[in-house]
Amino acid sequence: MGDLRVGEAATVAHVRCPRATAVRLMEMGLVPGTPFEVRRVAPLGDPIELFVNGYALSIRREDALSIDVEPNAAP
Amino acid sequence: MTTSAPPTVLLAGNPNAGKTTVFNMLTGATAKVGNYPGVTVDRRSGKLLVGARKVDVVDLPGTYSLTSRSPEEKVSVDAILGDALATPPAFERPTAVVLVIDATTLRRGLYFTKQVIASGVPVVLALNMMDEAKTAGIAVDTAALGDALGCEVVSMVARKGVGKRELVEAIGRAIDAPVADRASEEVPGAIRADVESIDAAVRESAPDGAALSPAFVRTLSLWALLSLGDDELTSVPTKLREAVAARRALAASEGRALDELLIGARYEAIDRVTAAAVRTATASKRRLSDRVDAVLVHPLWGLLIFACVMIGVFEALFSGAEPLMDLVQAGASWLKEFVTANMGEGALRDLLVQGVISGVGNVVVFVPQIALLFIFITVLEDSGYLARVAFVIDRVMGRIGLNGRAFVPMLSGFACAIPAVMATRTIESRKDRLLTMLVIPLSSCSARLPVYVLLAGTVFSSEQRVFGIFSPGAVCLFAMYVLSIVFSILAAFVLRRTAVKGPKPSLVLELPPYRTPGLWNVAISTWERVRRFLIDAGTVILALTIALWAVLTYPKDASVHAKYEAERAVAAQIEDEGARKEAVSALDHQEAGENLRHSLGGRLGTAIEPALKPLGFDYRIGVGILGAFAAREVFVSTLGIVFDLGGEADEEDEGLRSALREAKNADGTPLFTPLVAISLMVFFVLACQCMSTLAVVRRESGSWKWPLLLFAYMTVLAYGVTLFVFQVGRALGWGTS
Repeated sequence: MGDLRVGEAATVAHVRCPRATAVRLMEMGLVPGTPFEVRRVAPLGDPIELFVNGYALSIRREDALSIDVEPNAAP
Repeated sequence: MTTSAPPTVLLAGNPNAGKTTVFNMLTGATAKVGNYPGVTVDRRSGKLLVGARKVDVVDLPGTYSLTSRSPEEKVSVDAILGDALATPPAFERPTAVVLVIDATTLRRGLYFTKQVIASGVPVVLALNMMDEAKTAGIAVDTAALGDALGCEVVSMVARKGVGKRELVEAIGRAIDAPVADRASEEVPGAIRADVESIDAAVRESAPDGAALSPAFVRTLSLWALLSLGDDELTSVPTKLREAVAARRALAASEGRALDELLIGARYEAIDRVTAAAVRTATASKRRLSDRVDAVLVHPLWGLLIFACVMIGVFEALFSGAEPLMDLVQAGASWLKEFVTANMGEGALRDLLVQGVISGVGNVVVFVPQIALLFIFITVLEDSGYLARVAFVIDRVMGRIGLNGRAFVPMLSGFACAIPAVMATRTIESRKDRLLTMLVIPLSSCSARLPVYVLLAGTVFSSEQRVFGIFSPGAVCLFAMYVLSIVFSILAAFVLRRTAVKGPKPSLVLELPPYRTPGLWNVAISTWERVRRFLIDAGTVILALTIALWAVLTYPKDASVHAKYEAERAVAAQIEDEGARKEAVSALDHQEAGENLRHSLGGRLGTAIEPALKPLGFDYRIGVGILGAFAAREVFVSTLGIVFDLGGEADEEDEGLRSALREAKNADGTPLFTPLVAISLMVFFVLACQCMSTLAVVRRESGSWKWPLLLFAYMTVLAYGVTLFVFQVGRALGWGTS
């Protein structure tokens, strides 16, 4: 996920973060198969803002790098 | 529980879903705030009338799921499920649960909802923010949703009071609903054996004779599966812990990700529910909040607006509260004079005036800042901007081992540590909260300013210049703020690796849509904070003030009083009224000074002099430091008394300054050299010279352990650094004359 740019969309494939963070992210909706969009980057470059399940979720780049994504299936 | 006890309805839900608004709507002015047993989590409760029946309504902290890895988070689980594994249980099962969910984020909200329903407790789903959902093109068929979930669904716009009547009626029906045996939550085949093995451990861990339904056992078992393992929980049955660890190890060896399989299956089940009951218009427009954020967290404008908002908050705390604080102090002075004039002289009057009234004043004086800060925090939080504050500044805070949520409390610390420590409640993780609390008192608060001003004014003349433009006093002041920031960062770094050891905190932060804060909510939240401060921390501060007064007053030497009475009698003969008053007042001040030096505190100052000598301080400064424990600025008036000038001298007082300049050491050298003054300032930056801070840290951390650690580490730090500054300065011959 870390390689995505602002405005790009993708689908969660696997969350590899430390367990406490991973469970939290998945429970908040970042489960494999969920589409999301990278909305914005904080003014100082970190964290980033995702749009997922109808709400804005902010996570650090460090955690984003541990989330594997796959391109969205063509509509 | 007796049969006459009113039914209990819990209010649970995601953060930012309007739960507090619903709570205030249901309970009105009956709300009370208490604490959950053993943890510092607010327990807000109130009364609701359903028909003619009284119902207790309890507001739970907002949460996204039942998963809980710390005692604080587990409160929600225990409150909803009842802690069936503990004997005796501290929590009863509630009669019903109302789940407040934001209709615009239904998928995430249903994750929590389904878990609670699956535990077997009667549930009413309050689907809030239906107006925003409509705007976003989300249409919910509440009847179909209720059928699919197996609970009643009420659509609401709580901010406008829409749906209140329907919700109360639904609560009435839920209370009467017999608890039907629900089917246990289904789990995917890939983890069924693991879960069943943990189910068995739950049953074995239950106290003898506890009748647990299969649905309830399954809920606890899935909670354990997701929560246990590198958690901070303390009271989990060993059998259960071992079962989870064994199954996790087995699954890991077989390459099965238990967490992912379980959570993934739950979301698939949710998607089946929403497919039947929710229609979302395609290509939902960018919401208003997103367009606002394009400005508010813009790389340039975002930072500017951030800086303006934060400066505004700080300025209001730093200067805005001052008139009100002056008013409190004036009120206390008036009361003191009134009592002094109307009561016979004696120990009781002294206790009342200098102990009790001063103590109450010491407590109430914090109220303006606390109220102001919480008005700001509630407005920022309810509007959605507080989350953006964390988003904007997280990178900086991450560097010092904290996350963005710690910024507002840390900033507030530069005005006053008391409201700042209270503001740490907005930080979710307990360890982050403790760390922030332990670092805040290093921020150079406004009470240190009078000390800096007095000392700088004593040793530097206003004509001196550094680099031709800056006055040495201003340079000193600036240096003290830099020192305070540098040591805050260092302390955070060290404490994170020692006393509050923990993994680097992460940031998983919802940025809620911008909304207009409700005035009623702001008023209630602020009042609750102030009230809790007065009751919990206030009593401790009052007791400490009285104790400190006693230490600095007793024992009294009767012969001293007799001696001065005799001298006053002589002075009373002076003809000229001005000269007479001056002589009497000088004698009063001398008596106060002698009494102070004779008191336990004064002797303590003398006793610790050998320890203070290496810092360049003598016993008089020692007594001042002891007195400053009431509040740092009291250092000034205590020095006034020590130097026989009375307690009214302030930091700009030229009489006090020249007395300090003329003060000599035993060997005849001046006491207050520039080096000593600077060393003393450094000491005041780093030492925890404030009993109110300790009282409020005790209140917010829930034990005396943390304030004691805070006091110990800051005292050692202050002593060490001051020793270094003074000794190095002296060896190099800086500012010694």
